[in-house]
Amino acid sequence: MTPFLAAVLQLVALIGALALAYRPLGDHMARVYSSDRHLRVERWMYRAIGADPDADMRWPAYLRGVLAFSAAGVLFLYLLQRLQGSLPGSLGFSSIDPDQAFNTAASFVSNTNWQSYSGEQAMGHVVQTAGLAVQNFVSAAVGMAVAMTLVRGFARTRAQGSTGLGGAPHGTGGLGNFWADLVRGVLRILLPISVVGALVLVACGAIQNFAGIHEVGRFTGGSQQWNGGAVASQEVIKELGTNGGGYFNANSSHPFENPNGFSNLFEIFLILLIPFALTRTFGRMVGSVRQGYAVLATMVGIWIGFVLLMWATEFAGHGPAFEAAGGAMEGKETRFGIGASSIFAVSTTLTSTGAVDSFHSSYTGLGGGIAMLGMQLGEIAPGGVGSGLYGMLIMAIIAVFIAGLMVGRTPEYLGKKIGTREIKLAACYLLVTPALVLCFTAAAMSLDTPAHSMTNSGAHGFSEVLYAYTSGANNNGSAFAGLNADTQWFNTTIGLAMLLGRFVPMVFVLALAGSLAQQRPIPATAGTLRTEKPLFTGLLVGVIMIVAGLTYFPALALGPLAEGLAA
Amino acid sequence: MSSTDSATPTRAPHRDLPTGRGPERRVGGGLFDPGQLLTSLPDALGKLHPRVMIKSPVMFVVLVGSVLTTALAVKDPGNWFGWAITGWLWLTTIFANLAEAVAEGRGKAQADTLRRAKTDAVARRLSGGTEEQVPGAELRVGDLVVCEAGDIIPGDGDVVEGVASVDESAITGESAPVIRESGGDRSAVTGGTKVLSDRIVVKVTTKPGESFIDRMINLVEGAARQKTPNETALNILLASLTIIFLLAVVTLKPFAIYAGADDQTSLIVLSALLVCLIPTTIGALLSAIGIAGMDRLVQRNVLAMSGRAVEAAGDVSTLLLDKTGTVTLGNRQAAEFVPVTATTAAELADAAQLSSLADETPEGRSIVVLAKEQYGLRERHAGELEHAEWVPFTARTRMSGVDLTEDGTARKVRKGATGAVLAWVREHGGALADDAEGTANAISQAGGTPLLVAVEDGKGARVLGVVHLKDVVKEGMRERFEELRRMGIKTVMITGDNPLTARAIAEEAGVDDFLAEATPEDKMALIKREQAGGKLVAMTGDGTNDAPALAQADVGVAMNTGTSAAKEAGNMVDLDSNPTKLIEIVEIGKQLLITRGALTTFSIANDVAKYFAIIPAMFAVAYPGLDKLNIMNLSSPESAILSAVIFNALIIVALVPLALKGVRYRPMSADRMLRRNLGIYGLGGLVAPFLGIKLIDLLISLIPGIG
Repeated sequence: MTPFLAAVLQLVALIGALALAYRPLGDHMARVYSSDRHLRVERWMYRAIGADPDADMRWPAYLRGVLAFSAAGVLFLYLLQRLQGSLPGSLGFSSIDPDQAFNTAASFVSNTNWQSYSGEQAMGHVVQTAGLAVQNFVSAAVGMAVAMTLVRGFARTRAQGSTGLGGAPHGTGGLGNFWADLVRGVLRILLPISVVGALVLVACGAIQNFAGIHEVGRFTGGSQQWNGGAVASQEVIKELGTNGGGYFNANSSHPFENPNGFSNLFEIFLILLIPFALTRTFGRMVGSVRQGYAVLATMVGIWIGFVLLMWATEFAGHGPAFEAAGGAMEGKETRFGIGASSIFAVSTTLTSTGAVDSFHSSYTGLGGGIAMLGMQLGEIAPGGVGSGLYGMLIMAIIAVFIAGLMVGRTPEYLGKKIGTREIKLAACYLLVTPALVLCFTAAAMSLDTPAHSMTNSGAHGFSEVLYAYTSGANNNGSAFAGLNADTQWFNTTIGLAMLLGRFVPMVFVLALAGSLAQQRPIPATAGTLRTEKPLFTGLLVGVIMIVAGLTYFPALALGPLAEGLAA
Repeated sequence: MSSTDSATPTRAPHRDLPTGRGPERRVGGGLFDPGQLLTSLPDALGKLHPRVMIKSPVMFVVLVGSVLTTALAVKDPGNWFGWAITGWLWLTTIFANLAEAVAEGRGKAQADTLRRAKTDAVARRLSGGTEEQVPGAELRVGDLVVCEAGDIIPGDGDVVEGVASVDESAITGESAPVIRESGGDRSAVTGGTKVLSDRIVVKVTTKPGESFIDRMINLVEGAARQKTPNETALNILLASLTIIFLLAVVTLKPFAIYAGADDQTSLIVLSALLVCLIPTTIGALLSAIGIAGMDRLVQRNVLAMSGRAVEAAGDVSTLLLDKTGTVTLGNRQAAEFVPVTATTAAELADAAQLSSLADETPEGRSIVVLAKEQYGLRERHAGELEHAEWVPFTARTRMSGVDLTEDGTARKVRKGATGAVLAWVREHGGALADDAEGTANAISQAGGTPLLVAVEDGKGARVLGVVHLKDVVKEGMRERFEELRRMGIKTVMITGDNPLTARAIAEEAGVDDFLAEATPEDKMALIKREQAGGKLVAMTGDGTNDAPALAQADVGVAMNTGTSAAKEAGNMVDLDSNPTKLIEIVEIGKQLLITRGALTTFSIANDVAKYFAIIPAMFAVAYPGLDKLNIMNLSSPESAILSAVIFNALIIVALVPLALKGVRYRPMSADRMLRRNLGIYGLGGLVAPFLGIKLIDLLISLIPGIG
């Protein structure tokens, strides 16, 4: 079997598995977020935090919940790292420096999981398990919760939820309850899948223990160490929650995290599972699964397109080294090969996961560019858990606005008018990440010190910096190895990029959801733009590619394109 | 050729002259005249003021770019490239203003005509029973003024006393006078129109300066133009794209310095790149599209009181159409002669024709026409028949007819409403035929109107038969409603008829629904019901009791013949008072939105080609591999950048006619429309600039010393 055929078979198997899980999981999530029943354990938790899970929150209240909860998360994670030196179960690691502790706290709370540290050399069991793993769950649940508000914004009508005097048609503009969404997301969706997934990984050979550090051999100039740890349990939520922060520095290319070809494929499956299935949840909740399929088709189309492009760049390539290895093998594990590594790379960059089983910096120039562009699309195909869906819906709103006019009606999506307020919020959303990526990269390139962190010169060196801010602002977290990001400048600026790139867009999404929820839906007629048709899907792909392409083309030209076209 | 022609003395050259001018004269009206570009140039230059430019964020950025490059060019006057870019950036700005100026210019001519009508009429104000002369500008709401034949009505108002014929051509362009009388639905008069006969007393209803004619002038000149909601939203999106491109271009400088391409990314080049990337095409044409949309309405004699209403027209999903005048011809027409048992149809037709000759109502005329069409009965004129005594139709008798003396025998023929004719027969001692009444009832129930025809001659008085009058659905309405249905618009016919009649006509015309025995309250309730379901409703109306419904409807078109209350309540006025126009209004609304969407898509799609022109031009020196992106194979970096800038400027001018005329609109489903427009403006927008930039580059490379 040629490597290429193997790659195709793996892709087919992956798609098949995702297709099987799509409906049951999507429907399950729709029930979870629509149900009005609470589990007993959930009631205890609500009582413990003093929240009323039945209160229908308007968007400002919901936003306050999101921000307060996340701020508390950042503070807790920061303190945990700062105090690591005095905590038991820390494997003797010292406390983390303030700038790196801030960066890591921001990173895990924003679901980015950018790591400027090496897990096995800096973080003990307590921080890994009580700090980082916990955020892996809750940051993902926050993303899903925010996505649900936007879905509810579309699904709810002004008349619904009306308990006003005399049944007057004044909606509350309610978007659901943040605490209920958060708790349910963790308890009813992420935890059960994680338990099963962790067992699968353990069966594959991933480790799960609280062992210490083993010295396994001495080499010239140093010793090799193996760390134990609750790896499998953290690995599963790392992928499932599109987090990506590895237990070990080598991330998913480390055999303790990702032992073999099957576990590799399973991890890709976990990465894509919820983001794809959420389109079913969306379709269910807005009352038209076909609308969900249209969004799904857009995501799948882009994802497969990127996989094919990545294969094209990585399998091709000339020169003796390439031909001996059957393609660009530098930076890739022989266990996984070019095909599976490429699928992993595309899936992790298109989903805001940022876990890696191969090193993107070592990909061909164009291959590195594909990984970068994947993030620059805004992490929407299929994107992070929750954030992918809401990001894609924002793009759908933009596409509807531009093209919807061409059917001779003022634009509407899912029966809701896209008016001045809606387009203002969507446009603001659109501005955030490009502004962060371009401004921070420009600042880093203009100043003297940040440039010292680059390993390479020329176009590849520029790609290292561009990749870092692209990854941070889009909450991906993967790194274009080579950049020494553990400096005060990078820890601080990337930390800020991650926080702003996560929470500023959420403000606009919640405001938009609130605005949509108050609208009365417009019934569809023959004159309405059919957003469930293939034509619209094609249009949406076009708008996404053109908007991202136009924004980043000059920067990409000076990095990956300059490098890739040089040959 | 021409020299031989003129050398031939046998031909008369003067005869060729008028035909030679023919094509030029045809230009004008709704079409775009390239000469307008020239005549609007002063206005366009006047709009360069930053305070005006800031209204369009996209074009404001271009203006700033132009000023910046001018300063740079002045600093380095030996650089031809800097001057060339500067020149074309200024042209881009001016072209944008030109588009708006041309659009406005078309309204100005109309405004001038209106202004002429607005002469400062002297009003004859009544105060305390005496008449005083005051200037029209001093009239206040509630004042009573007298107008007699020859007077110009000094202000908008309602006739409270008298009846007069009024020449309203100043506003409507229609020369036939109209009747205005106190009370009822024809009491509204407009300032600036002229009384032709009789005397009326008008109660002024508007303040000076706010009259209908003032508002019209403001509207057609665009002075009162405010951005519509969709236009505002589009502007926001364009502004945010501009910010994104501004970021992309500004941050490019440090990246380029690092890459060693500092010299190739001078401020002039970056300004050129920025102007090429921001959506200047749509930014430049956006306001022209809006003005032209209003203008297209004005050309059809419809005045929209706000642009919001025009946009709403595109979104309408329910149309309320008055039966009479919209769905059916204004009057009922004779469709059939139904004789009673003892009579032949030909006999009946003859009698019906005779008795209708003195009936000048449309119904009466239609009987004469039907008799001619079906039985070949030539219309007889009053003079042909001897000893004929005509009995004209009156609303009181509800009958018409003729008394004849033929060969010494008297013959009286009558035609009219069932009750009236039956009473006449009874009065003249005749027996009533049983089947006449039955036929009449059957016709009534089928939705028609029966007219009885009776005669009194030597055989006594008797009913000959029944004429079946029915509503005639206007030609082409079925197809029209079919189109509307395909566009997703539901039509509801409004009529005062009983449900039976209404159903028959609704089925024949092909409307989706009907509202029978409609009262103004019913209309109002229907509109509210539709709106509660999220639909936008359009309707026409003219009466005072239509006013609440007109105000409630999303698009309320008041007939100009209607009362001032109706005109006040609606958001559009149809000067022709033609209810069918509602359909055209919807189409114009849709066309306006489509034009905006098409040009936005075109504008954004254009950017792809511009990147392929400019990026290799800037960076191929630093990274030679990037020259592979120069897929257009442009001759030099300077030429590539300049070509992109020139294309960007010229495309604005090239699209001005499209912006003014609007994208061609044909009723079809949303799917097909999207596919068609995406094909033309999306794919076209991707491909066109590749061709255009290459062509301009070829031309530039021919200039010596540059290529």
